[in-house]
Parts: sequence; structure tokens; C-alpha cells
Amino acid sequence: MKKEEIPQDPGALNRLTKELSYAVDDKGNYTTALSAGWEVKNTALDVAWTDVEKRINDAKQKVLNGEASPLLYYMELKLMDPAIVASYTGFWKWQIKKHMKPGVFKKLSENKLKKYADVFEVTVDELKNLK
Amino acid sequence: MTLEFNHLQAAHCENGVTTSLLRHNGVEKITEPLAFGIGSGLFYIYIPFMKINHGPAISFRTQPGLIFKRTCKALEIPVYRKKFSSHEKAMEALDECIKNGIPAACQVGVYYLTYFPKEYRFHFNAHNLIVFGKENDNYLISDPVMETTASLTSYELERVRFAKGAFAPKGQLYYPKEKRIVTDDQIRQGIKTGIKRNVRDMLRIPGNIAGVKGIVFTAKRIKKWRDKLGVEKSRSYLAQLVRMQEEIGTGGGGFRFIYGAFLQQAHAYFPSNDELMELSARFTKAGDMWRNAAVQASGIYKGRLGKQEDYNKMGDYMIEIAELEKKAFTDLSNIKWSQ
Repeated sequence: MKKEEIPQDPGALNRLTKELSYAVDDKGNYTTALSAGWEVKNTALDVAWTDVEKRINDAKQKVLNGEASPLLYYMELKLMDPAIVASYTGFWKWQIKKHMKPGVFKKLSENKLKKYADVFEVTVDELKNLK
Repeated sequence: MTLEFNHLQAAHCENGVTTSLLRHNGVEKITEPLAFGIGSGLFYIYIPFMKINHGPAISFRTQPGLIFKRTCKALEIPVYRKKFSSHEKAMEALDECIKNGIPAACQVGVYYLTYFPKEYRFHFNAHNLIVFGKENDNYLISDPVMETTASLTSYELERVRFAKGAFAPKGQLYYPKEKRIVTDDQIRQGIKTGIKRNVRDMLRIPGNIAGVKGIVFTAKRIKKWRDKLGVEKSRSYLAQLVRMQEEIGTGGGGFRFIYGAFLQQAHAYFPSNDELMELSARFTKAGDMWRNAAVQASGIYKGRLGKQEDYNKMGDYMIEIAELEKKAFTDLSNIKWSQ
């Protein structure tokens, strides 16, 4: 990449900082310069977020349909998976998968609900009553 | 208390931490490309049985932590590195460093890293930053990917140091233990070892998922994605590949440009080995080809392209890159060092 070809397409990161890029000058010597972003990777990040939003919406629908407990929705909302939820709450992965069933979820103790609520940064009430 | 410390912006966080801390400890000649090359940072791997954020697990660089470790080892600089189970002890150990005038590096997760833009806050735990002071409850942070310094409250810093999930940092704290004079000969030796190890990683790892073989493996998979995964998932997968290759930290072109810069700087230490300059140009070419492939991939995930032949073309680009890199690393392994 030549120095003058370093892309300057502002992306989300540009609000925080420009990125250091390595490129060659006219004589072929390496130098560094700042980049505001590159449209190709900005759209790659957009794709990732579109996927995230879709997962969140799908999860929400499942909860409203009574096919899953609100844990599924909050897990997706926080970009987590059962392994990450497990490491933050101290539950086992298989327990979490069980807790995602509406019937099991309804019987969870206040104590367990509190653990989930803390990790998802909501109140127990919000956790139980997804709107 | 604010320590005397020069913030340095780098393309990649671990390179940046390594370079800044070594410079702080008197190794003035170290640069980001030298740290990356001596630490054998260039790599490629596609782990087919693993998923990251529901997409393919692909990396263009070596395992987190190794660049710092290898570079310090090559330059014979002793290193302090510790993980903690107690949050309090982890914060106390850091406060102790600041009190003793030692800027120290922390491994952190970015999900709760407050100064990062929301769009970048995934559960990624192998980010690195340097703490160089504390004013009241605020820690002063030199984050190598940023132009300027930042700050985090003690709560925020503790939270990112104890992020959970893959590569959980566990409060990890590390820094060079003492100032040492590093000679040109040590750097020369480090360059040779670094290149040799990188040749091994790219050409000689058994199996077909790592090194240049891993690139070919991915290329063949991509050609099958459209049929096997469907259009929507294939687009997400290609977007993930491009993010791993081009996102913040790579310096562009999947670290290939930084490696090109490294070989040029290596030439200054081995002025009779002119092949280093020519090899540098080949890595520049490889980086450019990776970026062309990314443009092709973006055509697919943006929906402008989408036929099977578009996927084939993407795969063929990568096979071509693999051939170029295989030749370049083979030639690197055959260098007759002048010193």
C-alpha cells in the first residue's frame, strides 16, 4: 500500500481515534500515517451489528412466544453466549441452558435471578418481565 | 501521581505495549515493526471447530502475549508477569507499581472498556494497555492504538482487568523488570531468531489449518460456503474474515505491511543482505493482495456480488496469496546472514 492510498473513510472508531497504518512512500520506504477508516471494513462491522440485532430480535420474539426464558434475550443483548454467561455468573453452561426454558426459569430462586440480573445490568423485575 | 512516560501510538496493542515499555526501559532502538518481527508476530490460522461471535475463528497473528514474551527474551530483558485471583490484590499490585515509578501493562477485555466506541465493544479479552499514573480515583492509561492517552476509574479498570470469557485476563499485570543496555548484536540475533521462528509457524506446523496451508484450507472452504451455509451466513462469515484482517490493530493487510516494515528495518542491521529489501517488497505485495481480496469479499457481503463464481474468485485470490507467502517464507529461511 502506498502512503497516499491509505483510505480515509471515517468509521465508528474515528470518533475516538485515527488508526496508525503502515505504507510505503515514493521511494518504497516504509513509513506510517493515520487512517480515518476504510469503507470495506466499516461495512464488515455493519454486517456484524446487523447480525447482532437480528439475534436480539429473534430472541425477543422467542421469549414473547413463550419458547424461551428472558435469559436468552438478555444474553443476546449483552453479546454473550452461554460460556460467557457461565463465567460471569458462576453457573454451569448446562444449568444456563436449562434456565432458558420458560418453565424452569419461572421456578428460579430470587438469589439465582439476582445473579443473572447483575450480570445483565437490569433489576430482577426487569429480568422477569420482558416487554 | 503521574509517571514520566511517553505515550506512543502503534498499529497493534501488544506491539505498542512492548515497544513503549522497552523504550521506557532504555531500549531506544526498538520500534513496533522490530518488536513484531522479533516476536514472530505474523501468522495465519483458521480453527474450523471453533466459533468466535458466531463466526469463523480466524487469526492473522500469533497467540496473545507471545510478542512481548519473545521480544523481551530475545533482548535478554527479565519480565514480571502475574495473574491474580483476588481483585483487591490485583489493584494493589498495580498501585504498588505506580508508587515505585513503574509503568505497567495490563491485559483487559474491551466489552466494558468505557472509552472505546460502542461498535467495538465485543467480548474480546486480549487487549493490552499501559497504566502510567493515578490521580485520585482515575488511572492514567496509555492505550497504544489511540492517538492520545485516556483514563479509567478504579471501578472501570478493575472491571476490564477481570473480564470473563475466552482469554480472560485474570488481572494480568506485566512489565520489564529492569533497565538493560541492548546491543546491536542482540537485536541482530533477535531478528534472525524471530524470522526463523516465523518461517516455522508459517511453513512447518503439521496439519492444514495453520500457516500458508491454513490460507489454502480457508480458500477451499470459502468456495463451498455459498452452498453449505447459504447466502446470508456466508456474507457474515466473509465480513468476519475481513474484520480479523483489517480491523484496528492489524496495520492493514493482515499485519503483512508491518512485517514488510520489519524486513526493511532488519536490513539496516544486515546491510549486506539486500534480499531483505526485496522480500519486504513481496510482503507489501502480499498485504496489497489481502486488501484486494477484502474488496472482493465486501462485494459479496454488501450484496453487489453473490454468484458462485464470485466465491471462487475470492478463494482463488487467497490461494494466490498463499503461494506468494510460501515462496517468501521459503526464501527467508534460506537467507545467508552476513553477520
